[in-house]
Parts: sequence; structure tokens; C-alpha cells
Amino acid sequence: MTDIQSPLPGTFYFTPSPGEPSFKSKGDAVSEGDVIGLIEVMKTFIEVKATQAGTFDSYVVDNEQPVQAGQVIAKLS
Amino acid sequence: MAIKTLLIANRGEIAVRVIRAAKSLGIKTVQVYSEADEDMLAVKLADEAICIGPASAAQSYLNHDAIISAAKETGADAIHPGYGFLSENADFVRAVSNAGLIFVGPDADLIEKMGNKIAARQTAMKAGVAVVPGSDGAISDLDEAVRVANKIGYPVMIKAAAGGGGRGIRIADDEASLRRLAPQAQAEAAAAFGDGSYYLEYVVVNARHIEVQVMGDGKSAVHFFERECSLQRRRQKIWEEAPSATLDEATRQELCQSAVKLTQDIGYVGAGTVEYLYEESTRRFFFIEMNTRIQVEHPVTEAITGFDLVAEMIRIAGGAALSMSQDDIKINGHSIEVRINAENPMMQFLPSPGVITSLACTHAPEVRFDHFLYEGYAIPPFYDSLLGKLIVHGKNRGEAIAALHEALENTMISGIETTIPLLIALAKDDEVKAGQVHTSWLEHWLEHNIENIKP
Repeated sequence: MTDIQSPLPGTFYFTPSPGEPSFKSKGDAVSEGDVIGLIEVMKTFIEVKATQAGTFDSYVVDNEQPVQAGQVIAKLS
Repeated sequence: MAIKTLLIANRGEIAVRVIRAAKSLGIKTVQVYSEADEDMLAVKLADEAICIGPASAAQSYLNHDAIISAAKETGADAIHPGYGFLSENADFVRAVSNAGLIFVGPDADLIEKMGNKIAARQTAMKAGVAVVPGSDGAISDLDEAVRVANKIGYPVMIKAAAGGGGRGIRIADDEASLRRLAPQAQAEAAAAFGDGSYYLEYVVVNARHIEVQVMGDGKSAVHFFERECSLQRRRQKIWEEAPSATLDEATRQELCQSAVKLTQDIGYVGAGTVEYLYEESTRRFFFIEMNTRIQVEHPVTEAITGFDLVAEMIRIAGGAALSMSQDDIKINGHSIEVRINAENPMMQFLPSPGVITSLACTHAPEVRFDHFLYEGYAIPPFYDSLLGKLIVHGKNRGEAIAALHEALENTMISGIETTIPLLIALAKDDEVKAGQVHTSWLEHWLEHNIENIKP
């Protein structure tokens, strides 16, 4: 398992906009640099990218949940 | 009925500002806060504080029911909305009055009227205020377009009637380019929207943003002269001053009279701002919109006129008449405000929330610092990046810029990144010192001068 961490504190989103499917689902192939989610920090949206390749396992925080910098938000297997 | 207990439906520096004004009037204060804002300065300063929901603004500072319930629960008889959030939300204002509470600002109908661009433009025209010249309706005939353009003057913007969001906008500098571009715009709009008609609108080249502070009590209205806010990045003002460096006295009088006429015509109640684009080369000004709330940059107006605008709007909301007449309001010297944001100007303005590890600022008499910071305070990531506003006053513009430079050098906010280095670079810039700026000046400057910003 590899952890993906939030680079900044803020609100985490795993869909590009409300009602759309999540960026990744269990079993998806993930390449380095793939967008995993968005962090809203001070009204600015910042992309959270995979820092290495793998297979997507799961998000470990809820959509629209407040997160801390460095908090694990998703796992790759 | 004078207000006894005021609930502040906002956060950050403006909540602190409103509490200060309420206290000066002997009014009890209730501060609302989200779960992420329990530690904020306004919560500590208010007589009472009440949590209204989770961090997300949609569930707290934008939640009509939660705010009105908080007012009921605490016995508040009035709500001050600050700026942003619910300050120009007509539905909220209606809910507030239906609950038997006072909203500090104009009524819902007025907010709706001035919040709709087309209705506001018509209202301004009716009051005799110049608006940006444009075609009266959609055009689909080229010869008609040429006739209209000759009347409004070049350059003109060609906008698809059915389009939106700036799509397919073309700018024609003269008749020849209009004859070339209008058919292109027409064909493109017909293909994209099934409607090829378009509007023409005059383009104010290198426009300056000048706005007039007004106040009304429903019967009469006054102006507090103008502010110039031409230094903007992504339509966010970052440096505001009063008076404008570019207006001559005759134009200033004409501009301020037009704003006060509009305010009077609509029977406006409370503090408002009439915004214009100003064309320096022809000394013409054009109405763009009216903001029906107190603005971020109100302190520069307070600095040059000596009036407390926030206290005045609270008094008026409580039923009082304007406490001053136009003749009482005079310009004294020059004032500049800069907005200090938690952003890193060297890294594409990346937001920088976090803990303020130390805070130092000047206490010089010509400097005012409106903020909500204290050592150890953690700036939450969930809201706007505005940390505070540094406001200086000088006998003239040159003195004000020098005072601003010194005040910025003496303001230390540690633990997070701020835009202070950018503001210092601007205070040293020759074009800024000469007042030769317009609304796209800063973005152009940033492209070429990022290395002049010293951390």
C-alpha cells in the first residue's frame, strides 16, 4: 500500500465537480502525476497528484471533508 | 427604533471592524462563528458568540436559517452582514425582516434591483448617469452596426447576443475592422447558437476603476468623495486610495454628484458604492454597478473625511437620519489602503494558511491596521485569504506612499507567506508613484517584475 497525502490543509474533493464520478475508483491504474482529487484552500482549488504509479485502492477521507496538510487522503495498492 | 443588540453575520477583519463600531455606539454585540472559527479574534471581542455550523461556509456563514435562529436565540434585534457572504442576498434580507429583525443595509427590493446588471444600468440611465455606451438591442445588419458604432465611438466590442462568458468577443478599432469582424462574429454565433445577432459596446481602453462612497437614509443622500482601485489582480483589488490621483476638481464634482443623484433617486438606505470606469484621455466616466453594502476599502474614505461609515450605517439601520450634511464632508489629505493576503506572490499566489508565530506592526499615528490576527492564531484554510488591511494617511499622495512603504517594512507577520513583499515592490514603483495605472496594469507588471519582489 502507498499513501497519497494532501499537500495543503483545506477541503478535500474526490470529484471534479458536484455530481460527477470520482477521479479514481478501486482497481484503476494510476500513473505518476494523475489527479487524485482537489483541495480547496482559501477559495483556490489545487490538484492533488499521485507521486508514483500503482493501482487505486480507496479514498480514506470523505468527499468535502476538511483535511490537514500531510493527512493521508487515498491509498494505492 | 435604535438597535440594542447587533449580530455580526461575517468573520475575519470585517467582523472585528463591525464590533468596534457597535461598541462605540454602546450596542451589545453577538458574533456568529463556524466550528473552524472558534478561536477568531471577533469571537473574543464580542459580548457573546454563538456557533452556527461546520467549517464549510455553505453550512455556516451562508446558512440563512442558522443565522436567523442564532439572532433569535441570543435576543439580537439586528444583523450586520459585513461584505461578501450574505451581504447582497435579497432572499436572506427578506427572511431577516420576516423574522422581525433589522438588516443593516437596504431592503431586499433595492438589493435585487441594483444586483441585476440590466436593471441597474436602466436605473442609472434614468437618473441621468452615464453608462458604457452600447447598442440598444441586438443587431444583425452590418450597415446598422456601422451606424451604431459611429455613434458610440471606437473601439467597440462585438458580443454575440446569444453567447455568454466572453465567448466569441471581438474588438474593432475602426469601421474597416468592424466591417471585417462583424460578419465573422455573426457567422460564428449563428453556427454556435443558431442566432447570429450581436451587441456592440464601447471599449474603455486602459480604464481606471473609480468608485464613489454614498450613504442614504431613505430621504436624503450624501457622498464621501471617490476612491480609486485600479490596481487589481484577477479583478481583486489590492491597493485602493482616496482621493483618485487622476481626477481634476470639476470631474470629481460631476462624478460625485452623479452618484449621489442615483442614490437619492432610488431612495437608498445605508452605505453603498457606485462604481465607474474612468477614461483618462477623455475625462469621461461610465457607471458599471452599485454595491449595496460596506466595502473592504471603506477605511480610505474614513481616513480622508473623518467619518465612521460603519457606525453611521448602523445608526441609520436603527432608524436615525443621516448625521451629516454634504457640506460637512470635506477631503483632508490622501489615504492609501493595501490588502495583505495569506498568499505567496513568488509562487503564483499559492494560498498560505497556518499559524501566526509572531506579529509586529507599527503604531505610528498616520497608520491604521484593520486585521484579525494575534500571535498563535491559526488562519483556517476554509475562507478568503485576506489577513488585514494597512491604511495610511498623508498630507498628499507622495507622503502617503512614503508612509505606506515605511509601514509595510515595519509589519512582520511570521509563520505564513503574505503579499507584503509584493506591496513593498509596488510602493517603490515609479509608475505607481506617478499614478500612471489602470485596471490591467498590475497583471502586466507581474509578468515582468516578479524578480523585483524581494522576500
